Amino acid sequence: MTILAPQVSVATVPVPYRVAGCSTESADTATIALEPVGSPLPAFTPGQYAMVYAFGVGDIPLSVCGIDGDRLTHTVRSVGATSRALWALRPGTKVGVRGPFGTAWDLRSASGRDLLVVAGGIGLAPLRPLVHGVLAAPEHYGQLNVLIGARTPGDLLYAEEVRRWGALVTVDRPDAAWTGDVGVVTALLDRAAFDPPRTTAFVCGPEVMIRAAARELAHRGVDPGRIRVSLERTMHCATGHCGHCQLGPLLLCRDGPVVTWTQAQSVLSVREL
Amino acid sequence: MADGGAPAVIDKAGLDALIAVLLGRGRTVIGPTVRDGAIVLAELSGGDELPYGWGVELEAGRYRLRGRADGAGFAHSAGPQSWKTFLHPPRERQWTAERGADGELAFSEERTPPPAFAFLGVRPCDLRAIEVLDRVLTGGPHADARYRGRRQRAFVVAVECTEPGATCFCVSMGTGPAVGPGYDLALTEVLDHEGHRFLVRAGTEEGEAVLAELPQRPADPATRTAARERVAEAADRMGRTMPPVDLRTLMRDTLEAERWNDATARCLTCGNCTMVCPTCFCTSTEDITDLTGDHAERWRRWESCFDLDFTHLAGGGSVRSSPRSRYRQWLTHKIGTWHDQFGSSGCVGCGRCIVWCPTGIDITEEAHALNAERAAAGQPR
Repeated sequence: MTILAPQVSVATVPVPYRVAGCSTESADTATIALEPVGSPLPAFTPGQYAMVYAFGVGDIPLSVCGIDGDRLTHTVRSVGATSRALWALRPGTKVGVRGPFGTAWDLRSASGRDLLVVAGGIGLAPLRPLVHGVLAAPEHYGQLNVLIGARTPGDLLYAEEVRRWGALVTVDRPDAAWTGDVGVVTALLDRAAFDPPRTTAFVCGPEVMIRAAARELAHRGVDPGRIRVSLERTMHCATGHCGHCQLGPLLLCRDGPVVTWTQAQSVLSVREL
Repeated sequence: MADGGAPAVIDKAGLDALIAVLLGRGRTVIGPTVRDGAIVLAELSGGDELPYGWGVELEAGRYRLRGRADGAGFAHSAGPQSWKTFLHPPRERQWTAERGADGELAFSEERTPPPAFAFLGVRPCDLRAIEVLDRVLTGGPHADARYRGRRQRAFVVAVECTEPGATCFCVSMGTGPAVGPGYDLALTEVLDHEGHRFLVRAGTEEGEAVLAELPQRPADPATRTAARERVAEAADRMGRTMPPVDLRTLMRDTLEAERWNDATARCLTCGNCTMVCPTCFCTSTEDITDLTGDHAERWRRWESCFDLDFTHLAGGGSVRSSPRSRYRQWLTHKIGTWHDQFGSSGCVGCGRCIVWCPTGIDITEEAHALNAERAAAGQPR
């Protein structure tokens, strides 16, 4: 006889996951791999996020930066109490995970088109599984350009992988060994080979960078409905009930984090909305 | 839903019987009663606790009880509380977690059975507010199971509004003073030379069953007419109005209006308006542990968008750091973007936010001022 576990709402109550691996990305940033202890959550899609709970501390939204079967990977930067606890995790520790939540990049809608990936800082994390998806089936897409901005060379995420992608990288503050570009990521657009009307862009990073990149892309002729940006606001519940993540008409936990520039343009042009 | 069969008439003894019947059915009866100088919503054990003979005087930033010679029990408008206190409680545990000696985590969803409430004296505006909360908390892809449990078990006795307050504007919002759908029983209080009585209609089968247990008589034409007239008169005595324009568009057109500075000069960002609002639903989560460190709990408590921390991003500060942006968020959400998010306005015209604002900021006055500023700027309606 099978004893059925009571129905639990995975949207509200975390499911136990085990830290299967962790790697240091930079002084304040780490990537953790999580595997389900028992039943896994429903499948995640690139662009979506999980609420990851550090025992007794709290949970925060973290985009998936890698999906391998039931194994989820997240890159976390230590900026607050919960992110610090997650950043400091060691293999074997158990955490709680809720999800999947939010909208996805929707790579499928870009089939046959040129792809432009623009990332700033930790904004590269949610874009990583998107790039993986393209590289797994390059015949479905046109030209892929990955443009990355980082604060310093030491802050560049997934440095080894980024090199293999052939990404263009720029930094705000070079160190003595840096021979690459210095400056904002939008300056790299001149060196990317893409045909604006045939291009779908995927953008994530600090809001000021998203605004600058999306405006520039629209100016160059990329359809605003084909510019997909991933936005960030405070989230407590992730289920559309707590109200924290509002951005004008959007509840970003539900209507985002990935939205089109058509949706985002007007709300991001009002200060403190 | 049953259409209620024939209306009946009950008197004050019938209302006593109604409370007794609801208690007898195992329900916790919540209704208006006088306490601490206000008409509050509290657990009732009998009809004598209802606020017979009490009315209220309302103005922006002002609430006073006043005696009524006519002995009416429901001739008072909204008090400081609303039904959200019971359906969407100020603090609630969502789950607990245990960490075993091996480091394994076990999470347990909160499973205390929801109380079986009977709400007595739900105003038409507040009935619509409950509908709004239903859409917010159970209408999306993730339903709040605990809210839904309380809501589905609740028995609603609505009372039509015959005495609007000076801060009321339900007519502008289309939510009253006549009762809309969603009640189990609806009452209309009638006081005239024929006595103090209530016209009663049932809206559901359970409502019919409860009504059948009460001492009653069939509704006579005079009582029906009197009830209809009193509600119609109430519609003509609204203390406030909203500008007769599409408020959603008005909010969209005036995000950078000068008027926000004026309102913000008076706003203390105390959050009172959000606490008394029958539809403001925002919450924050709190995680706690006990002294062993191996037992953790997740709690949810009411939160206000006026709190500086409401939009705090670790490492990024608060998105809405100015009081102006926080007042604007509250008002534009309430009557504007609520439509985009949940398919209706978030305002039901109850006037609580006007009454309980310590500086008397009036949502209707602000909307009129924004409308005037837009008109002066020549923007299309």
